[in-house]
Amino acid sequence: MKSLLAPGHRGCAGCCDAMAAKFALMGAGEDCIVINPTGCLEVMTTPFPETAWEVPWVHSLFENAAAVGSGVEAALKALGKKEKTKVLVMGGDGATLDIGMRSISGAFERGHDLTYVCIDNEAYMNTGVQRSGATPYNASTTTSPAGKVSFGNNRPKKNMPAIMAAHGAPYVATTSIGFPKDMIKKVATATEIEGPTYIHAHAPCTTGWGFDTSKTVEVAKMAVQTGLWPLYEMEDGEVTKVRKLGKNIKPVEDYLKMQRRFSHLFKMEGGAEEIAKIQAIADKNIEVYGL
Amino acid sequence: MAPENKLDKSKMVVVEGSYAVAHAVKVCRPNVISAYPITPQTHIVEDLSQFMADGEIPNCEYINVESEFSALSALVGSSAAGARCYSATTSQGLELMHEVLFNVAGMRLPVMMTIANRAVSAPISIWNDHQDAISQRDTGWIQLYAENTQEISDMTAQAYKISEDKDILLPSMTCMDGFILSHVYEPVVLLEQDLTDEFLPTYEPDHVLDPKNPVSFGAFADPNYYTEFRYLQEQAMQKALKKIEDVANEFYDVYGRYYGGLIDEYRTDDADIIIMAMGSIVGTIKDVIDKLRDRNVKVGVLKVRSFRPFPVEAIKNAVKDAKVVVVLDKNISLGLNEGALFTETKSSLYNTDVRIPVVGYMIGHGGRDIKVDTIEKIIDEATEVMKTGIKIESQFTDVKEELL
Ligand SMILES: Cc1ncc(C[n+]2csc(CCOP(=O)(O)OP(=O)(O)O)c2C)c(N)n1
Ligand code: SF4
Repeated sequence: MKSLLAPGHRGCAGCCDAMAAKFALMGAGEDCIVINPTGCLEVMTTPFPETAWEVPWVHSLFENAAAVGSGVEAALKALGKKEKTKVLVMGGDGATLDIGMRSISGAFERGHDLTYVCIDNEAYMNTGVQRSGATPYNASTTTSPAGKVSFGNNRPKKNMPAIMAAHGAPYVATTSIGFPKDMIKKVATATEIEGPTYIHAHAPCTTGWGFDTSKTVEVAKMAVQTGLWPLYEMEDGEVTKVRKLGKNIKPVEDYLKMQRRFSHLFKMEGGAEEIAKIQAIADKNIEVYGL
Repeated sequence: MAPENKLDKSKMVVVEGSYAVAHAVKVCRPNVISAYPITPQTHIVEDLSQFMADGEIPNCEYINVESEFSALSALVGSSAAGARCYSATTSQGLELMHEVLFNVAGMRLPVMMTIANRAVSAPISIWNDHQDAISQRDTGWIQLYAENTQEISDMTAQAYKISEDKDILLPSMTCMDGFILSHVYEPVVLLEQDLTDEFLPTYEPDHVLDPKNPVSFGAFADPNYYTEFRYLQEQAMQKALKKIEDVANEFYDVYGRYYGGLIDEYRTDDADIIIMAMGSIVGTIKDVIDKLRDRNVKVGVLKVRSFRPFPVEAIKNAVKDAKVVVVLDKNISLGLNEGALFTETKSSLYNTDVRIPVVGYMIGHGGRDIKVDTIEKIIDEATEVMKTGIKIESQFTDVKEELL
């Protein structure tokens, strides 16, 4: 399959965003227009006068990609070009769960024919690893640092797929860059469906999470295998398919140990209880989704 | 000499200002409209919605967005995808668009918006002044101000033609005074479809979002490149000075109507006192001037149609033989005690050999009525300035001392 994201971009070695964008484009195919809010992906792929994008691409602001996407879709319709061309919005977790929420909600409620892919690296990486609404419980970031009286981020991740399903999106799916085929297939499915569809892609960031640049895929797989990041598909608001873990469920400790952002949990007094709380999050996922 | 207007009275209809604008937008054949309601702009987009519902705007999509922020954001996508785009807003809505305004201009997208000018909060006020648009003056949009309904209607087609010119490619806002023009019924000749088709070519951009020929819009520019983008934007603004005048003349050739290019002058030829202003207040001033001329007061009015780009040369030439210039501003730059038109006018004259007193009045904030008496009083004070020089350079008018 041809890569529509050219090599030579300026992402970190082992960058999750680059993988996510590449897989998403493989799913959507050549005949698509990409809208990309501010964030690592935008900055690393388009330093003027270079561009890594082999498809038409537009960046506007941090918080309005879905609205820009709405406009692209409307223009294609008005100009009679919507037949085949797919509209693919790709934004980070900050752009999606936080600052861009209003414009995404508007675009989905209006039913624009576009696919929104959230590349969730669980923090604002482009500005130096600050917490977002997708930062997991107890992760240390520069604005939710672990300290003498803090275990880091004290809130669980916002359940964005559920919010998007509640908008009446015909198709919502979670995926992970640790499972390229899964991601490509789900994006392909989403872009084929008429109406607003949503893909939430888990994307471990070597720089922000603190693991070796060769381990991006391994860490991504582990998030799924612990049950912390379940992979499922929803059609018209109902979970229709789940990727089962079978007997291979790993303890969350194995996942947390791989990353600097959780290292305080293994050193601080009371860390074990905090790890147990994270295990409880995974256990609940295993139960709810029947992993 | 300004051309003689050929207003065909037989074609006149009495409609609301907002309707005249909506109709003008319709005959300009937009492909994407997106807007969010806010008083006093709302009637424009309601009328456009009705045109859509009646199937009167072919090849057009109307997006009912969830905010002004998305209204303009959607047009970023539409315009980049090759559509002729439209929105309308005012006041808080325009301020909410602030970040996107820069973005549209920086990407050189020829988007067009009507602003039904209104004061900004707090305190909340729905009535007219120019603070909303003036606050956006540095965003890179062309800003044109209309005196009456006929002008704002015709300015709609003119603005598209200016913005879409390949040498310009800058977005435009056409400004009409909220309520005073937007909600008033006046006799107008609505833009004719056949003449508009002749005047305004279809929008055919050179660069669009097209999978067959992929390009990237809105890349990020490091210090090696950013300055040149800004420089080119300013170059385009400077080119727009001539374009605005050319388009006003081309409009006259097709429709027989003319309102001035960058500025318009009324009885300024031999005037000692020249009053400068923007928008509907110009009409009131003209009436006062006619009256005072009967009493041999040599006074004229200079209407500023284009606030961005700012017509430095045109203003200089127009005022050079006057003895005093009075600038009326429906806005204030807080902390300077001056309105923007006043500040810009003074700075335009500073390095020239035109050495005349310029005095400023801030007037009509938040919809306060501008009375004929007030204008007369201002002209009296200007007569004093001619004799004794400037005592107060810039001041608020009609402040109710008893409320302070
Ligand atoms: C209005 C606004 N506020 C803040 C910023 C600064 N900013 C740029 S990128 C970014 C974070 C991006 O985070 P995310 O969407 O998660 O993408 P990532 O870089 O992690 O891939 C922030 C806060 C901005 N560009 N615009
Ligand atoms: S910080 Fe993370 S997301 Fe950003 S370029 Fe580096 S690896 Fe990629």
